[in-house]
Amino acid sequence: MRVNFTVNGRQQEADDVWEGESLLYVLRERMGLPGSKNACEQGECGSCTVRLDGVPVCACLVAAGQVEGREVVTVEGLADFAKQRSCGTGGCGTSLQDSQHWDAKGTDSQTGEGTELSPIQQAFIDAGAVQCGFCTPGLLVAADEMLERNPNPSDADIREALSGNLCRCTGYEKIMDAVRLAAARQSEAV
Amino acid sequence: MDFLRPASWEEALAAKAEHPTAVPIAGGTDVMVEINFDHRRPEYLLDLNRIGDLSEWEVGEESVRLGASVPYTKIMENLRAELPGLALASHTVASPQIRNRGGVGGNLGTASPAGDAHPALLAAGAEVEVESVRGSRLIPIDAFYTGVKRNALAADELIRAVHVKKADGPQQFSKVGTRNAMVIAVCAFGLALHPGTRTVRTGIGSAAPTPVRAKAAEEFLNAALEEGGFWDNGKIVTPSVAKQFADLCSAACNPIDDVRGTASYRRHAVGVMARRTLTWTWESYRGTRRTTEGAA
Ligand SMILES: Cc1cc2nc3c(=O)[nH]c(=O)nc-3n(C[C@H](O)[C@H](O)[C@H](O)COP(=O)(O)OP(=O)(O)OC[C@H]3O[C@@H](n4cnc5c(N)ncnc54)[C@H](O)[C@@H]3O)c2cc1C
Ligand code: FES
Ligand code: FES
Repeated sequence: MRVNFTVNGRQQEADDVWEGESLLYVLRERMGLPGSKNACEQGECGSCTVRLDGVPVCACLVAAGQVEGREVVTVEGLADFAKQRSCGTGGCGTSLQDSQHWDAKGTDSQTGEGTELSPIQQAFIDAGAVQCGFCTPGLLVAADEMLERNPNPSDADIREALSGNLCRCTGYEKIMDAVRLAAARQSEAV
Repeated sequence: MDFLRPASWEEALAAKAEHPTAVPIAGGTDVMVEINFDHRRPEYLLDLNRIGDLSEWEVGEESVRLGASVPYTKIMENLRAELPGLALASHTVASPQIRNRGGVGGNLGTASPAGDAHPALLAAGAEVEVESVRGSRLIPIDAFYTGVKRNALAADELIRAVHVKKADGPQQFSKVGTRNAMVIAVCAFGLALHPGTRTVRTGIGSAAPTPVRAKAAEEFLNAALEEGGFWDNGKIVTPSVAKQFADLCSAACNPIDDVRGTASYRRHAVGVMARRTLTWTWESYRGTRRTTEGAA
């Protein structure tokens, strides 16, 4: 079947989608957007977290056909999504091609300098919250959504918002630091 | 496989009548796991996401009509006062991502003995509104669970909503698991005080082939509270009464040993949760009695 939906602000179309296919599979295998990770395919790990009509969901548990006509934001579109939110203008989204070539490296792979990053992505780098990085995309999408809803989260709020995202490397402390940092920077900026 | 995408409730009922083997998919948090792991290859998937009515709720005089697809997140955020037991139970389901998609209709559809909505629905008192092209009917929650992962739905029926009695007293939900998030209940317990009718209702999860009420325990406690004039004098429930209630709740279990826990642990834990939830709700009932009397 064919599925039409908006990905990172741009209208997209996926063809020959199998009826039982997940949104995650469509994003990764048909649209070339491997940012959303596939670790469990059963909703346990949160590494496939995307926004569906603004709401964080596990892309592995959404049937592709269910997203017809709806809006999806993936980690590849997060920088742009955050930028539009902060300046309040309806921009033009991120094209598939730009999404596919999106790269956190920029001109300096150590500092990420020269790349368009969302505040939460920058905070993850600055706080050293990334080790193997497999959990990072899902955490970024989940954390970004929490900061949008709740600009001054308590530690308990952060833990609750990220309770559906597993990380096997960091022990979570640096991730907590990163989210606290992003929240602090966000409130300074206001 | 065919993907059916009805745009309205009437279309969904017609599709289900035409294809009784079609598997409805709402939040997909049970269905997609089965498909991803090849445990299920339905001929037809029947998507309910486009039917907006299913994600709405109405607060009435006596009860809340909760659309089958209202996600747990919405129940936690909006129905805490009317449905405290179900709101607490909803908050223990999985993770924010799952609670944003999954809802009570899917929990009832799966009818797993471990589903967290069930003890809360049993304790509060609820009816499941189901419909087919033949018509609509209300199934009392006590008659809904018919076996392990089996329910009273006919092949052509869909769940439209659940009618849950609005709380007329304190309600609690308690669940045993290894951590707070992402835990399927080892066992769970729901309790609701109904001062209006001077009754107590219970619901037990994951400790029998289906979710069950501890009816003998309820009858014992109802009689003991009545006899001792507890509803009026607001005294602390006697420890011996609480203990007897807990023992009868344990006795209502018919658990199995599995990877999550043993049968004897489950029986024990249900007793502990019964005693605790009784204490919590009764303390809160006494508290509200004091404030209303103080204000009068
Ligand atoms: C990681 C993970 C953790 C989980 N943790 C918990 C937990 O802690 N507690 C818990 O209770 N559950 C848990 N679940 C199970 C699941 O989230 C719940 O059962 C949820 O309520 C299902 O709702 P849904 O809308 O996603 O259902 P779906 O997957 O869409 O459907 C479930 C079943 O109900 C049927 N159905 C759905 N809607 C209707 C309708 N309107 N009429 C008739 N049939 C219908 C479907 O055909 C299917 O058989 C978990 C699942 C995952 C993936
Ligand atoms: S891959 Fe979707 S939650 Fe793990
Ligand atoms: S950094 Fe490796 S899983 Fe989180």
